[in-house]
Amino acid sequence: MINLIVILPFFSAFFMALVYLYNTKAKRYVFYTAVGVGTPVVMTILSFMLAYELLNGSQTIHGTLFKWINIGDFDISIAFMADRLSVAMISFITFIGTLIHIYAAGYMKEDDGYGKFFVYFNLFMGSMLLLVLADNPIMMFVGWELVGLCSYLLIGFYHQDAANIKASNKAFILNRVGDFGFIMAISLLFVALGEGGFTFDAIQANIGSVSHEMLTLIGFLLFLGSMGKSAQIPLYVWLPDAMAGPTPVSALIHAATMVTAGVYMVARYSFLYVEVPDVGLFIASIGAASALFAAIIASYQSDIKKILAYSTMSQLGYMFIAVGLGAYSAGIFHVFTHAFFKALLFMGAGAVIIALHHEQNIFKMGGLKKHLKVVYITMFIATLAISGIPPFAGFFSKDAILVAAFASEHYVIWGIATFTTGLTAFYMFRMLFTVFFANKKEVQHLTPIPKSMTQPLIVLAIGSVFAGFLGVNEAYGGSSWINTFLALPDTKLHVSHSSEYMLGALNVILGLMGMGLAYKLFAKETKEPQTNTLLKSIVINKFYVDEIYEFIIIKPLLFLSHLIAKVIDPKIFDGFINLNVWTYRKSGALFGKLQNGKVRYYALYILTGVSAMSFYILIKLGVM
Amino acid sequence: MSPNAFYLLASLLFSIGLVGLVSRKNLFVLYMSIELMLSSVSLILATLSKVLGDAGGSVMSLLIIGVIAAEAAVFLAMIVNLYRAKKTLDSDRFTMLKEGEKND
Repeated sequence: MINLIVILPFFSAFFMALVYLYNTKAKRYVFYTAVGVGTPVVMTILSFMLAYELLNGSQTIHGTLFKWINIGDFDISIAFMADRLSVAMISFITFIGTLIHIYAAGYMKEDDGYGKFFVYFNLFMGSMLLLVLADNPIMMFVGWELVGLCSYLLIGFYHQDAANIKASNKAFILNRVGDFGFIMAISLLFVALGEGGFTFDAIQANIGSVSHEMLTLIGFLLFLGSMGKSAQIPLYVWLPDAMAGPTPVSALIHAATMVTAGVYMVARYSFLYVEVPDVGLFIASIGAASALFAAIIASYQSDIKKILAYSTMSQLGYMFIAVGLGAYSAGIFHVFTHAFFKALLFMGAGAVIIALHHEQNIFKMGGLKKHLKVVYITMFIATLAISGIPPFAGFFSKDAILVAAFASEHYVIWGIATFTTGLTAFYMFRMLFTVFFANKKEVQHLTPIPKSMTQPLIVLAIGSVFAGFLGVNEAYGGSSWINTFLALPDTKLHVSHSSEYMLGALNVILGLMGMGLAYKLFAKETKEPQTNTLLKSIVINKFYVDEIYEFIIIKPLLFLSHLIAKVIDPKIFDGFINLNVWTYRKSGALFGKLQNGKVRYYALYILTGVSAMSFYILIKLGVM
Repeated sequence: MSPNAFYLLASLLFSIGLVGLVSRKNLFVLYMSIELMLSSVSLILATLSKVLGDAGGSVMSLLIIGVIAAEAAVFLAMIVNLYRAKKTLDSDRFTMLKEGEKND
């Protein structure tokens, strides 16, 4: 079963690709929908069955397909492993993935590349499951690269526009930087471990034999991979541009699943990160910086999808705070709840975009409350959830992270995270109020939204309300069920219930304050942010980070390439080769004169040669 | 009689032949120069045969005289043919060994 769940989407993607390539013009709407949406449905059922097995007490489920690499002791199998962590991941990935597939069937209906889209989408599902269910780091790396590939293909899905191609290249190249860290880390790990197998179980068993310095380096390099995939400072610039892809792609890949792979990886290697808390602190600091930074940028964006992209980056920052400070379960819990409300927000945004004929600027929207009732209500729930208002899902997971940050006594990180909570509420409600409340003078003509696009929203809204109850901690009368289930090596927290209540209340108050501020500023009348002061123009231009990267990295690189291509290569290397050629040609011409066809000259040459030889022999014999 | 005189004679003959071969152009002169060089070698063979008291060398030089006679026939035939080809006996006009030269 565990094998089937990974193979199935690859198979269906392959099958659909064959059909699509046979005739790319044909509209096979029913076929593609049946196969493309049917596959994730089956996958969801299978993953729930797996989860059920684990809930009933099975420890870890292994499945081996075949041996991939087998050189002496070096032995890599195509094998899958479902432990509690990966089962928790695949359950929500397949479930939310299915909903987004259904949504995509409505969203992409008119698109010419409908079949191609589902090929990529199913391929992505398979790759993501490969990543999550991998039995060894090498398999995980294969999945890691494949999701990167799918992300690249889907960002550039509307390939007629050169800007989208640029965005997809940007995502791919920035991920390459992170992948470099990942592959270095697993190579080092392999060398450091020596014998004893290279599956996660074996690594966990033998991790004690690796020196502390080595573990620090490996942990840091692994996190470099996470930075790229999960869009953290400084490798985040691809994520906002990745919104060039279709909205279901943004919802599935760039919000709910792929970008959380970095968090998953840190949790997967938690046995390693427990040994090196310094790297963990570094991870948490990067997470806090990213969370705040992205929230500030999001507060001044006017593109609905960009706001959500920065919001995703900000929430990912929260997850990294958690996993960095050793609260792995809290991090995964936030991944889980975030997947619900962020997928919902993206899909709602997609519905709004479709309804308004592909308008993405929130300041050109407004007053949609009455016209898009379902979208409005579900997005409102998701916004409450992301703002951390109880009892919605985001409150419990975010609270768990903030409590962990407070308990770890890194108060700067905690302070930044808490402040960002208020900011999150502000920018999310700013978007919500601007889109649905603010007055709009002219009446807009709306495109009707199909049912397949609204019903997944309702399911996700229910999830956004209730998903949080899986992890209610003791202070709120629960038992942190998800922490117990995941059984990750969490750092023990020592926080009294009263301070937990204080922290929770603080978050709610900050959230409500952000909400109130947003209501005051944006609910009645809105206008696009103006770049009238220096500070504002810096924020609106996203701190000029793209420009800084352009200046620091791209320009010197281009200059260097130019130098090599235009100066060093033609002048020095070609020059050297041309000099050789010239020498051969000249000497050839010189020696060519010897062969003049006149026999008596040849006789002279023979005479010279024989004389030289005779002379040599005479000297050697000692005669002369 | 000292063999040195014979060596000297042979060396002289060989040198005359060589210089003739390199410096003259007439095909007949070239032919004669070659024969001269060959004869000088044959003279050394005969001399050494006498010095070392081994008849083998003398036999060899007698044989070479026979070969030279046969050679003369071949050479003269060749020269006649070359003359027919270019109507000249100037050896520098025959540059067929040069690369890219047409054999006309």
